[in-house]
Amino acid sequence: MSNIITIDANEAVARVAYRLNEVIAIYPITPSSGMGEFSDAWSAQQLKNIWGTVPLVAEMQSEGGAAGAVHGALQTGSLTTTFTASQGLLLMIPNMFKIAGELTPTVFHVSARTIAAHALSIYGDHSDIMAVRSTGFALLGSRSVQEAHDFALISTAASLKSRIPFVHFFDGFRTSHEVNKIRELTEDDMRAMIDYDTIVAHRNRSLNPERPVIRGTAQNPDVFFQARETVNQYYNDCPATVQEAMDAFAKLTGRHYHLFDYFGAPDADRVVIVMGSGAETVEETAKKLIANGEKIGVITVHLYRPFSVEHLMKALPATVKSIAVLDRTKEPGAVGEPLLGDVISGLYEGKALGLAPFSDLPKVIGGRYGLSSKEFTPAMAKAIFDELKKDNPKNHFTIGINDDLTHTSLEYDHTFSIFNPNSTRCVFFGLGADGTVGANKNSIKIIGEETDYGAQGFFYYDSKKSGSITISHLRFGPDEIRAPYLIGVGEANFVACHQFNFLEKIDVLKYAEVGAVFLLNATYKHDEVWNQLPVEVQKQIIKKKLKFYTIDANEVAEKTGMGNRINTIMQTCFFAISGVLPREEAIAEIKKSIKKTYGKRGDAVVKRNFEAVDHTLANLHVVNYAENASSALKLRPAMASEAPDFVRNVLGPMVVYEGDGVPVSALPHDGTFPTATSQWEKRNISMDIPVWDPDVCIQCGKCVFVCPHAVIRMKVYDGQLLDDAPETFKSIDAKFKGVPGDKYTIQVAPEDCTGCALCVEACPAKNKTQAGLKAINMASQPPIRETERENWNYFLSIPDIERAEIETTTVKNSQLLRPLFEFSGACAGCGETPYIKLLSQLFGDRTIVANATGCSSIYGGNLPTTPWAVNSKGRGPAWSNSLFEDNAEFGLGMRLTVDRQTEFAKELLQSLSDQIGAELVTEILYADQTTDAGIDAQRDRVAILKQKLSVMQDPKAKHLLSVADFLVKKTVWIIGGDGWAYDIGYGGLDHVLASGRNINVLVLDTEVYSNTGGQASKATPRAAVAKFAANGKPLPKKDLGMIAMAYGYVYVAKVAMGANDAQTLKAFKEAEAFEGPSIIIAYSHCIAHGIDMQKGLEQQKLAVQSGVWPIYRYNPDFIANGKNPLIIDSKDPSISVQEYAYNETRYRMLLQSDEARAEKLMVEAKNDVSKRWELYKQMAKIEYKATNGDSA
Amino acid sequence: MTDLSTTYLGLKLKNPMVASASPLSKKVENVKQLEDAGIGAVVMYSLFEEQITHESNALDYFLNRGSESYAEAMTYFPEMESYNIGPDSYLNLVSKIKEAVDIPVIGSLNGVSTGGWIEYAKKIEQAGADALELNIYYIPTDVKMLSKELEDAQVELVANVKRQLSIPLAVKLSPYYTALPAFAKRLSNAGVDGLVLFNRFYQPDIDTETLEVIPNLVLSDSNDLRLPLRWVAILYGKIKADLALTSGVHNEIDVLKAMMAGANVVEITSEFLANGIGRTTEILHGMEEWMKEYEYKSVSQMRGSMSHKSVAEPAAFERANYMKALQSFDNKVL
Repeated sequence: MSNIITIDANEAVARVAYRLNEVIAIYPITPSSGMGEFSDAWSAQQLKNIWGTVPLVAEMQSEGGAAGAVHGALQTGSLTTTFTASQGLLLMIPNMFKIAGELTPTVFHVSARTIAAHALSIYGDHSDIMAVRSTGFALLGSRSVQEAHDFALISTAASLKSRIPFVHFFDGFRTSHEVNKIRELTEDDMRAMIDYDTIVAHRNRSLNPERPVIRGTAQNPDVFFQARETVNQYYNDCPATVQEAMDAFAKLTGRHYHLFDYFGAPDADRVVIVMGSGAETVEETAKKLIANGEKIGVITVHLYRPFSVEHLMKALPATVKSIAVLDRTKEPGAVGEPLLGDVISGLYEGKALGLAPFSDLPKVIGGRYGLSSKEFTPAMAKAIFDELKKDNPKNHFTIGINDDLTHTSLEYDHTFSIFNPNSTRCVFFGLGADGTVGANKNSIKIIGEETDYGAQGFFYYDSKKSGSITISHLRFGPDEIRAPYLIGVGEANFVACHQFNFLEKIDVLKYAEVGAVFLLNATYKHDEVWNQLPVEVQKQIIKKKLKFYTIDANEVAEKTGMGNRINTIMQTCFFAISGVLPREEAIAEIKKSIKKTYGKRGDAVVKRNFEAVDHTLANLHVVNYAENASSALKLRPAMASEAPDFVRNVLGPMVVYEGDGVPVSALPHDGTFPTATSQWEKRNISMDIPVWDPDVCIQCGKCVFVCPHAVIRMKVYDGQLLDDAPETFKSIDAKFKGVPGDKYTIQVAPEDCTGCALCVEACPAKNKTQAGLKAINMASQPPIRETERENWNYFLSIPDIERAEIETTTVKNSQLLRPLFEFSGACAGCGETPYIKLLSQLFGDRTIVANATGCSSIYGGNLPTTPWAVNSKGRGPAWSNSLFEDNAEFGLGMRLTVDRQTEFAKELLQSLSDQIGAELVTEILYADQTTDAGIDAQRDRVAILKQKLSVMQDPKAKHLLSVADFLVKKTVWIIGGDGWAYDIGYGGLDHVLASGRNINVLVLDTEVYSNTGGQASKATPRAAVAKFAANGKPLPKKDLGMIAMAYGYVYVAKVAMGANDAQTLKAFKEAEAFEGPSIIIAYSHCIAHGIDMQKGLEQQKLAVQSGVWPIYRYNPDFIANGKNPLIIDSKDPSISVQEYAYNETRYRMLLQSDEARAEKLMVEAKNDVSKRWELYKQMAKIEYKATNGDSA
Repeated sequence: MTDLSTTYLGLKLKNPMVASASPLSKKVENVKQLEDAGIGAVVMYSLFEEQITHESNALDYFLNRGSESYAEAMTYFPEMESYNIGPDSYLNLVSKIKEAVDIPVIGSLNGVSTGGWIEYAKKIEQAGADALELNIYYIPTDVKMLSKELEDAQVELVANVKRQLSIPLAVKLSPYYTALPAFAKRLSNAGVDGLVLFNRFYQPDIDTETLEVIPNLVLSDSNDLRLPLRWVAILYGKIKADLALTSGVHNEIDVLKAMMAGANVVEITSEFLANGIGRTTEILHGMEEWMKEYEYKSVSQMRGSMSHKSVAEPAAFERANYMKALQSFDNKVL
């Protein structure tokens, strides 16, 4: 008997793929990572496959590596699989051609995701799938969680039988992350579907020295072509093999699929052909329209490659007159998108071969939909059917957007919907950290698995890592839920807002239908809450006659020890109000599920959650509201009113979740956006912010140095400026040498602070009468928001200190420089961003940044607003992200441009010397730009030069004008995480370091792939637990610094600002000054370490004190002077490794789950530390002979 | 032949040296070594209910943190099959140690809630402990908290635990009671089989450089013996419960003093941590030598011989002690 389970497609696929394979090579990439994570965890738990053995799961350094490992494992006879998406699939292409060319059975399970073009997107479409359609892999598409589960098995059976390798794909996020109720396949089902002889045949074809063969030869023009044609019959036979597998599957399970599944009127004259989850939307829409008498149908394409014309012809009704083919991809410059092209060819060929059921070829149009998970709704599906009615339907249309530029888009009726009125449709707005999504997933499981109801959940996350908003869309109902789209405006009969302040900015209630239930978590009493609502919200509640409930869930959470986790409280409210289950039964089920979810974390956690449930209902209240909306409060604007038009009108809607309405014409054509936009968002995400106490302050600048979000700043200025200062603006006498100005202020940006309190931790000054207080203390934000906003604005108006005016070799002075990286969406307390901010302070106005994909590219470059900023003169870092794997090369390319264009400018300058004036030319050519003052002077000269050039007619002058900016020193910084530097980008990084070019590399080392959820990289230290190293990493961290030092001409520094900020500053300045390749490896504490982020700096200190993270600088310039280039800035280890490590969950959890292994790995980790320390000490003692004639 | 044997909590011990609750008992081989060195019994390190609760909550907090809030990272850690959160690893160790040694093994429990005390006490008994030592401490910081309320609650708690157990129960006390003998009597009447005097707390220190409070536990020395020595001497013979003296026992003379004051056993940690488990043999040897020299036949013979009720001048254990010290000081000046 099959079980009913409620899971997402990643898990549904992994459950099958894991059981059918022996070797699984993986690499993390969104949204497919979950499949690898499940497999790794099961392998760590020794779960067996259906053949009774535990699959071997190997994490590789890239998807290219994973594909190579898959290829090798296949060649030697293993049943092998991998999971990937998007760029990952692209990296597999070379191996895919090989694997297919060698007729090797395997299935790559792909959660289809957008390929980066003008921008990266983690969301779903078919651009990756379409990019591999020429590899020779069969492409089999699922459209739902159940199908993904089923097709994982069908594709494996068909691949083994046909020898054609398969890509089994399903829509990224929409399907991969949708939680739905499915029937689970049993291991018996799987055994029944897999023909054991096909496995034996696969093994018999494998490489084996007992019966050697050679495969992978090089062939010449004489036979390559013919040999390529040998595979034709396999491809010809493949569709029938797949259908046979589908038929056999139907006998086992009752679920009967076809290569092309037709649904609709037998006499349909209009047909839509579509692939993936969108097909379900079209089918459900068609159902509704057919009931209204429309003659329409829909064909779901399951097997896209090999494309079977015969089966397509069989699927089409004879009555078809017009067809719309929908592609979830864009192929610029093509006659049409790929599926459209295939269908048109198929129709012609089918007719030519006499296979077509119709006599006249139908009219065919094509359209694009759903790029990057753009919503595709029944209203849009209806518009397409309606379009087909027209005599001249629009070809190459788009649907779901407003293309007011080239007018491709179809209009659609936004009010059209097809939901079942007997269903429950719920929308929940949650705060990232409050557990809302987890609780909702639980609710779906409860309803899905404890009732006969259909249940579905889909979750929207914004792209911020701090203060993020989650929107959960849950549907329950008497029927199976087949609705792969969000709950629409006016469709929800239950809306919950788990964070009161969302109502101040976002139109939460637009989802509510008339008479819906509205549940609000508010700190106000139930008879006070009404008056605290913005008037727009009041109006909607009255107009829609909402049943309004409120609870102070945070208070209940506080009292029951739940902290900021209001999940079980709000979940209890939901069940109590919604009536989906009888109240008592619901509470029993919630408790059962709490026990199941949290049981292994200990009784205390379970008890705490039980208590929260028990205290909920007494605190849940109905709000009786007035008949008139009378609130004086209004919705806050998305962006500050003084923001530029583009920011307000284009980025603004995105901030308040209205970005779908932004028309094509409003957007840049090439992905180019203005920088410095995060300053306008004013997120107000923290209830507590730091407040400065000038009387205690020692003006060290450490708080400013460590602030991850650049919200705490300091200035020294002329006291006369205080004349216009706001009353509460604080100031004291400045204690700085050589800095112009006599007054000093530390100011906090109250609406941008994330409340991480790193500044408080870093502050060394304690109040002499109350030692619990420092010069920076946290205080409640709301009471001081307005005054501090005014102070902040005033602070900004005080002129910044120019770099050339002061000496920036001290931490204190360096922090007078304006940060050009501010208010990012990074985690509160992020350990990476302070380094980036420092870089921006020191060199930002002449920096070009190449940023590897990862955390830093997301908080650095994800819309709506971005943190790279400009100074008062409009200069600032120019930033770009190419890919994950190529960042070093990307940055080197930038350097090559700088070098080439600088040279070219100099050449032109010399050749135009007479016209420009020899004196200016000489000054520019021989300018000393080793100091900031020198650079400033050069800028002034170049400004004069440009003025002169602008009036010159010589074509060379125009050339020179376009490259003259390069005469001012530029610096290239290559920034990325350890996943990039140690793994996927390592080959390129190595080459770039070896190039000798003047590039600077900053490795933000969190020791895991942080952005994708903490998978192990080669930077992960021994004994730490990470995803893909669930049993604790058994091998030591790669010593990237040592490898770089081996070149002898690369500047290398290892830093940890929490341990030694002065050393960090020195390393940055030395790296930039070094005329060659430099690399800084920066300890970056991370949420993935499982630490209290407020203590991140303390952990950095412990890492250094324990010898786990020795800090040093290796400066090759010393060698010429006969000095040892390696300066170890750490002291001998003074604490044990455990004292550092066991403060972190990543180490502790192994101790808790497998103490013996933890102890063994810890002993080895200590050996790693001591061996490395001894080695470094010896290296630092080596005597060098001067090569420049000087003695040391 | 000198007889070093004693009884404690109804258990027959070959000598009065007991290894007190310390990290030494975290490893079976250490306990085995203690036994080989001649120790009379061992008290396991303490199972801290508070720590279990804290670990459970901390694990939950850190596993939840950041999860389900960002599309690319639903979680940040792999889901483990199990976490040894809770008393299981402690209980397993009790069982393993019991299997490995023949000397009595006394469990030790530090609890915070009534439910927790009873639940964990029963589990320790089921794991095979020969007796249980309850560590009840409370640092009252609330000015409204009265000593009577505190003492009533503690007596009730101990009585509850005692009712649930069939193995003997000892209670480890702090020295900070206004009327310790009366409280000791109440506990004894509540069925407690032994009192352990006294608990050594972490004593916070202040770092004047960083202006931080630093938790600090320094190993005891023989001077620390004085405090428990006085109270053992005072309580001896006045309550039914046995007496264990702990804090400041470092050599054979310290042990002998404790016996003379009236202790059934001494509990030792600092000496073992500082100078190794092998000190057991040396101290026992020293005791024997001393007793031979001074012609004591057995420990029971000397037990209580210098107690409050046995000495010629009981006031020496009372306020006069202070007066005498002052006098001798004055004499010195003169």
